Amino acid sequence: MSDTPLRKTPLYDCHVRAGARIVPFSGFAMPVQYTGIVDEHHAVRQSAGLFDVSHMGEFELRGPYAAHVVDYLITNDASKLRDGQALYTAACNDSGTIDDDLIVYRRSQERWLIVCNASNHAKMSAIVARAADNHCEFDDITEATALIALQGPRAFEILAGAVDAFAPVSALAPFSFCDARIGNVACTIARTGYTGEDGVEIFCASPDAESVWNTLMSAGAPLGLKPAGLGARDTLRLEARLSLYGNDIDETTNPIEAGLGWVVKLNKSSFVGKEALEAIKAAPLSRKMVGFEVTGRGVARHGYVLRDPATGAAIGTCTSGSPSPTLGKSIGLGYVSTAHSAIGSPLWVDCRGKNVEAVVVKTPFYKRS
Amino acid sequence: MSIPADLRYTKDHEWTKLESGSSRVTVGITGFAVEQLGDITLVNLDVNEGDELTAGKAFGTIESVKTLSDLYAPVSGKVVAINRDLDAKPELVNDDPYGKGWMIVIESAAADSVANLLDAGAYQALLDASSR
Repeated sequence: MSDTPLRKTPLYDCHVRAGARIVPFSGFAMPVQYTGIVDEHHAVRQSAGLFDVSHMGEFELRGPYAAHVVDYLITNDASKLRDGQALYTAACNDSGTIDDDLIVYRRSQERWLIVCNASNHAKMSAIVARAADNHCEFDDITEATALIALQGPRAFEILAGAVDAFAPVSALAPFSFCDARIGNVACTIARTGYTGEDGVEIFCASPDAESVWNTLMSAGAPLGLKPAGLGARDTLRLEARLSLYGNDIDETTNPIEAGLGWVVKLNKSSFVGKEALEAIKAAPLSRKMVGFEVTGRGVARHGYVLRDPATGAAIGTCTSGSPSPTLGKSIGLGYVSTAHSAIGSPLWVDCRGKNVEAVVVKTPFYKRS
Repeated sequence: MSIPADLRYTKDHEWTKLESGSSRVTVGITGFAVEQLGDITLVNLDVNEGDELTAGKAFGTIESVKTLSDLYAPVSGKVVAINRDLDAKPELVNDDPYGKGWMIVIESAAADSVANLLDAGAYQALLDASSR
């Protein structure tokens, strides 16, 4: 443990007042739960949940060459974006492994926003600043920016009661964004999220965060909106099979084996990691990320060894695992050797020396209807 | 949640109950432990009746949504009862940690040593100190 004091998001006092349990996460004091992980999880699946994700990093790139800098940094193709559109992507290093997963937003051809994981903020700030150097303006606006996620089937109903001039917001396509006002506060609202539900992520200036949070809570509480913490965020994203950096993907994994091949566009011009990714894609994969259901009694956790039940030999590692509140099952993600990656392949999860039966299943585990 | 006065407690947030005039010690986890764990999804009591336990050794695990925790024998002795209801209904621990959420009963030659564990006041003081 380091002695560096934990950073607080602009909503920290709000969480404490709401009775949240606060834990350290990526250098921040963050709410892990308010009423309980399962309760908050169900609220998001059935109505809506409000998440403080202000710990995430934000960078702004401006200038005639900003678009090129963005496209050079990422594996997905930002040149296809129009103004007001966003893109999920990986950012790789020269070895083709993953430095971070990001969302990039095109405000205009000359103004871009990049959102990175809190755990990678320092690293990515340096990488993006270096790429921008001499090519475009770069600002790390993390400190000045709050980010609030409103997620769930009733998210847009709640927004309708909180946003002035709702029409452009209601018309947002997935992965698009627009400016709007919530109460009296200028925000940017993007139809994105990390829960497998419909919903939005809302950017505003840090000093305005509490006002936005309170406006949304007031509009949403009668519809079942609850504040939701990092605990529910993790179980929700796992059911939707969304990767968590540091668990499922990191600098030792490449996007192809991680099932993120769809964000790697090898036909675009030069970008970081392109040559390595071409080689990775040309060769047979030795391992693949799979989803599995634990059919025996146990819960798979990050780092547990996965075994071949026929021989007991280690064939992979669990990267994320949890009871699934929606499915009432125990689920997990992990890398296994390709020979064991087909749907229906039996696995053992080595739960601290006890082999518990599991089977490879189709993902996502949960898909909204 | 209030801390029952008639029980004795360990620093690992387990409770013990010694029936008066017997050497049988019932073991469970405290309301505080339950609050910390959150929603309990699995209780693995990795013992059989008749097994000999040593104080401080693990006799099972609890899985909550977030984490896995070990259960430790508070006293040495022989397992004489196991709450198998928890296999199918782990939520009993959340709902009633000091009652239907009990875990095992240990028949112990050293049952009297339970008196050396923390009483309710000392356990409350431990919680107060750790929340400071």
